[in-house]
Amino acid sequence: MSFSLFMQHLTNGISLGSLYALIAIGYTMVYGILRLINFAHGEIFMMSLYFAFYGVAIFAMPWYVSFIVTVIITCMLGMLVERAAYKTLRDSPRITVMVSAIGASFFLQNLAVVLFGGRPKAFPTVQIFTDVIKIGTVSLQRLTLIIPVATIMLLYSLLYLVNKTKTGMAMRAVSKDHETARLMGVDVNRTITITFGIGSILAAFGGIMWGMKFPQIQPFMGVMPGLKCFIAAVIGGVGNIYGAVIGGFILGIGEIMLVAMLPQLTGYRDAFAFVLLIVILLLKPTGIMGEKISEKV
Amino acid sequence: MKKSICFLIVLVMMFALLAGCSEKAPTGGGATTDDDVIKIGVFEPITGANAAGGALEVEGAQLANKLYPEVLGKKVELVIADNKSDVVEAASAAARLVERDKVVAIIGSWGSSYSMAAGDIVRNQKVPAVAASATNPLVTLDNDFYFRVCFLDPFQGTVMANYAYNNLGARKVAIIREVNNDYAVGLAKFFEDAFVELTGDANAILEVTNYNTGDQDFSSQLLNISQKNPDVIFAPGNFTESALIIKQAKQLGIDIPFIGGDTWETPEFIDIGQQDVEGAVFSTFFTSEVPITSESEIFLKEYRAQYGKEPAAVTALGYDAYLVILDAIERAGSTDPEKIRDEIAKTKNFPGAAGIITLDENGDAVKSAVIKVVRNGEFVYLDTIEPIE
Repeated sequence: MSFSLFMQHLTNGISLGSLYALIAIGYTMVYGILRLINFAHGEIFMMSLYFAFYGVAIFAMPWYVSFIVTVIITCMLGMLVERAAYKTLRDSPRITVMVSAIGASFFLQNLAVVLFGGRPKAFPTVQIFTDVIKIGTVSLQRLTLIIPVATIMLLYSLLYLVNKTKTGMAMRAVSKDHETARLMGVDVNRTITITFGIGSILAAFGGIMWGMKFPQIQPFMGVMPGLKCFIAAVIGGVGNIYGAVIGGFILGIGEIMLVAMLPQLTGYRDAFAFVLLIVILLLKPTGIMGEKISEKV
Repeated sequence: MKKSICFLIVLVMMFALLAGCSEKAPTGGGATTDDDVIKIGVFEPITGANAAGGALEVEGAQLANKLYPEVLGKKVELVIADNKSDVVEAASAAARLVERDKVVAIIGSWGSSYSMAAGDIVRNQKVPAVAASATNPLVTLDNDFYFRVCFLDPFQGTVMANYAYNNLGARKVAIIREVNNDYAVGLAKFFEDAFVELTGDANAILEVTNYNTGDQDFSSQLLNISQKNPDVIFAPGNFTESALIIKQAKQLGIDIPFIGGDTWETPEFIDIGQQDVEGAVFSTFFTSEVPITSESEIFLKEYRAQYGKEPAAVTALGYDAYLVILDAIERAGSTDPEKIRDEIAKTKNFPGAAGIITLDENGDAVKSAVIKVVRNGEFVYLDTIEPIE
């Protein structure tokens, strides 16, 4: 394999990994604070793509307006799902909440079929992002470079929010102990809702970039990315934001390189994520970053 | 207080359920209604990856039902069952049509895999099925109850191999196929066989690479292929994935012509692929530019009037599948599925919208293929290839 070909594969892998990372953060944040796997996260991601699609295609908004509206509506949807499916079960056993999460996921999938129809739609692409540029012999979409940069920027804004603001402090407190946080005057319910909102905002950013990179949307498209990003979160150490990002990159680059290096295994590309999950669970159940940093949000 | 409200709500819901039942009863298969309605099942992917294909065939069957709503003096009703683009769901959807809805015959499905999944059910329950566009040979092979009104993949593979060899001057080809789709795997194989025979070169196929239904990133497969410098890439598979493949190839700077099979002819292929799928060539069943029979004229006129666009080939085939079943019921003079099956098997020189239909001993139609290309965002007719006798 020549160097330029390797670089081409690597840029594709980093770009895919960044998208996985953005969605994985949503899983990890909710887990950190509630010890709950939010199975509906993949569906919130899927919904964000439809919001952006309808913003541009039906309401004829310019793309930047549509994308901002999408982020806001997706954030609201995430908080609504939390209110409807999880808040009422706050004191129930964890298994009940998990079943509710799976229910919310199926509900959103089928709601999307009813509302948007089962036929795939073409996501509106934005010329300035999808133009092809050449760097040396490496040919790529501008978007391929924008995605990792956007991911890093979002990651740092999130870390700032978690570590430097009062809301972030409340989130860290709630993730350690609900009761004590409540005694200290933290509004636990509000903090949890905000966590879902932030997770959904990241899912919306991930969704919009995903849609421009792979411009095809349909109601069941959240399932596979959802599963893979959950795996990414586990690989990195669920509950840890850095871990989710690292897990996302490992998964994205790993998938691309698997196909690049071992072409005969291309059909098993999805299996790669699951095999990796099993290996991690056997060797290091807490994930790569699981122990190093105890802070969990 | 709370309890009584709960009770009230439950009561209201039960009434709603009961009301729903009684509403459905006239169409739900009561003993009295079976006599005046003949039910034909439409077995198609309405949701999931292949939904657009299924929708096109349903349009055809519904149009035919609208134009020819009666047989033997009874009303014909279409019962649409969604196989959800999934082979497991396909088997249960077919079982539901046969056992619960008591259909006398079944139309469908788009996607050979789903038809094959339903094969055992229609054979064991002795209800005839007529596939509109399922081209894999295994759909009808060893199954007396499965028929089809389209050509088969060995023919389609040969047509595209000839096109690549003669029209594009290709000598080396790479294949990228949807590996969990029986249709794509079969078509890739028949193409490979035909192309190797044409070139006389056992290594004419440089590489066969795979992807799964629902995949969205194909960059690494495409880069691998492009390293081998093929003249043409043959990419049989679902329309959405195929459109994304061609799009991503262009983004990676790969400038090799793509050719494919009949599944590409859906509006979504162009919507998703946009300017990148320009020049993509594929084989299909029918073109509205060359009407074949008087039935084609009726079909085209009515379709354009109702939908205001040009019909896809599979829509014409969905229309034909309905007509073939209706004709068989007429000749059988009965709604007994086994008698209908016998009459379908005898279909000879039947003028369908997408050509004359004569079913051979396997229950397959022998028909010509049409080659189309994407030009200015539309499917444009290139050529008709007659079947090999």
